[in-house]
Amino acid sequence: MPELISPVECLHLTIEIGGMPVRVNTTDPNFLGMLQDRYAGFLGTPHRPAAEFDVDLAGPAPGEHDADVRVTQRAGKWTLTRGDFRAEWEPASRTGRIRQTANPYSIDAILRIVHSLMLAEEGGGFLLHAASAIRNGKAFLFAGVSGAGKTTISRLAPPDATLLTDEISYVRKQGSGYVAYGTPFAGELAKLGENVSAPISQLYLLAQGPENRVDPVAPGQAARDLLANVLFFAEESELVQRAFHAACEFVSRVPVSRLTFVPDARAWEMIG
Amino acid sequence: MSRLFIARNKRVAARNLDGEMMIMSGKDSTLFTLNKTATIIWQAADGATPLDEIVERRICPVFEVEPAAALQDAETLARELATHGILDVSDEPIDSSTQVGNAPAGDSR
Repeated sequence: MPELISPVECLHLTIEIGGMPVRVNTTDPNFLGMLQDRYAGFLGTPHRPAAEFDVDLAGPAPGEHDADVRVTQRAGKWTLTRGDFRAEWEPASRTGRIRQTANPYSIDAILRIVHSLMLAEEGGGFLLHAASAIRNGKAFLFAGVSGAGKTTISRLAPPDATLLTDEISYVRKQGSGYVAYGTPFAGELAKLGENVSAPISQLYLLAQGPENRVDPVAPGQAARDLLANVLFFAEESELVQRAFHAACEFVSRVPVSRLTFVPDARAWEMIG
Repeated sequence: MSRLFIARNKRVAARNLDGEMMIMSGKDSTLFTLNKTATIIWQAADGATPLDEIVERRICPVFEVEPAAALQDAETLARELATHGILDVSDEPIDSSTQVGNAPAGDSR
């Protein structure tokens, strides 16, 4: 008698960003291959993942066509929705489900949200709209909104600088200091960061101007500018408070300056 | 004359950064920076001390202002902060154990 149900092979890979492994399970070898290409350099070992997702490759449910991302929490379970995906994640069990089509953009957005939630839960860390690079063993962040010069300062980086990202920086608290990690979240440079890390030495708030100069920023202003660039998705009161305290703590421990620069390589003479 | 009692809202996060009091509303993520007078009122808003006492003891000696005028300004300020969800105001003492959150009011440095 022929078998009515044939076994489906479960494939998986682990994407490790910021030292936090996220395991992704799928039954589609093409999707797996796409993820392997997309996150090359950020593939880790499957042991003790910080989160694990089963991916269901399907279209969005009827009515879920909102282009804005929504992140809500209920009874310990996070729900992440956007027009192109729906994901659920339960931090207590570290498991979740993703429904999306076979494209790399949806899971990329989900990873950013999940990592921002994990960093908030861990305390002190955050994802930041910032380029970052390592030079002389120290990490430097360059924060700014779109058009501020993140990609430009990244493109101008000298050969002895290791680029962590030109778009989204990954910041974790470690002891009394902070560490920046490379991320696969690329901006206009369209190049993945290096999967390495270093203690953060300085945060620069980017501004393009007629001359190269570095000006100190008072802690209050630094906190305001930092908060304006922190990736924040959830509207939960407790998470808002955590993000606020994380930003205030960061600016009280890491020097913050405004880097005004003309778009040429001399800007890096002031860095490192 | 009724007295006004004020308490820090528990959905607010606060931090004093180098003498600048930063407040973030947990309700809508709005960020505020308090001036010196507002900072004094915020720090003294324990729900039990009436506003006129706060003004008399904490504001008048610092700013050398008339108590009546200072109280009027303080009431206006307190009610404005209340509209933003930063303070709770009441004609009766407010139970601080339920109203005041874990937002530290001290320096972070």
